[in-house]
Amino acid sequence: MFEMVIPAFIVGGLICVIGQLLMDLTKPSFTPAHMMVVFVTGGAILGAFGWYTPLVKISGAGAMVPLSGFGYSLSKGAMEAVRQTGLIGAFSGGVQATAVGIAAAVLFGYLVSVTFNPKG
Amino acid sequence: MASQNLRQPTIGVTPDEYQNLSKQFTPKPTVVKNTVRAFFIGGLICAIGQVMINLMVMGGMALTQAQTVATAVLIFLGTLLTGLGVYDEIARFGGAGAFIPVTGFANSIVSPALEFKREGYVAGVGSRLFMVAGPVLVYGISTSILVGLIYYLLLIF
Repeated sequence: MFEMVIPAFIVGGLICVIGQLLMDLTKPSFTPAHMMVVFVTGGAILGAFGWYTPLVKISGAGAMVPLSGFGYSLSKGAMEAVRQTGLIGAFSGGVQATAVGIAAAVLFGYLVSVTFNPKG
Repeated sequence: MASQNLRQPTIGVTPDEYQNLSKQFTPKPTVVKNTVRAFFIGGLICAIGQVMINLMVMGGMALTQAQTVATAVLIFLGTLLTGLGVYDEIARFGGAGAFIPVTGFANSIVSPALEFKREGYVAGVGSRLFMVAGPVLVYGISTSILVGLIYYLLLIF
C-alpha cells in the first residue's frame, strides 16, 4: 500500500519547489496561471523527448499528479495515437488520453461552483 | 498663495537614510520558507495520489486506469475543498505546492467561477470556469498536437 509513496513525495515535492522558485524569483507578473501553463507545456515537451518517462517510472504519482504530468499524458497520448491511426492521431490522442481529467474538472468544477457560495 | 508659506518638510532623514530604514523594515525574503512549504504540501498531495493508485492496483485495476481514476478523485477533492474554502488556506500555506498538483488545477477552475457567480450561470460560472483552465488547455493541447505532427513526420521519413 505504501509502495513508491516516498519517491512520490520527494519527486512531487521537488517539482513544486521548481514552481515556487519560479514564482519567488521572477517578476510579480508571473502568476500561478502562468506557472500552470509553463508546467503543462514543459511536461508535454519533456514527454515528447521521452525525458519525463523515467520520472514517472521511479515516482508514479510524484510525476503524474503535478501539471507537468498532465502535459506528459497529452503528448504521450498524441504520439501513441499517431502510431496507431496516423496523422489524425496527432489531433485526437492528447485529448483522448486526458479526457477523464478534463471532463472531471469541468463537471465537478461546475457542480461545486453552483452548490457553494463565495466566502467573505 | 498660502501654500508657499508652508514650512519645509521636517522629516529628519536623507534619502539614503530613508532607503536604509525602509530596507530594515521590509520583511526578509521568505524564499527558503516558501520552498520548504511548497515541497511539503506538493509532496503530500502526490503521496496521497500514490496511496490511491496503490489501493486501486491492489484491488485489481490496471495501472494506467488507476492513475486516471486517482487523478479524477484528486480533482474532485480539489474542487470540493475549494468550495468549502479549505483549499485557499492550503494554497496560502503551500504556494506552488498547492497550485502545481491537479488539485490546484481544480482550484483554479472553481475559484473564479465562485467569485463571479453573481454574474449569472453562463457569463459568470460557465465562462469563469475556464479563466485559468482555458490557457492551460490551449497551450497544453496545442503543444500535444504539435508534438504529434512532428512525430508523424519523423515516422514517415
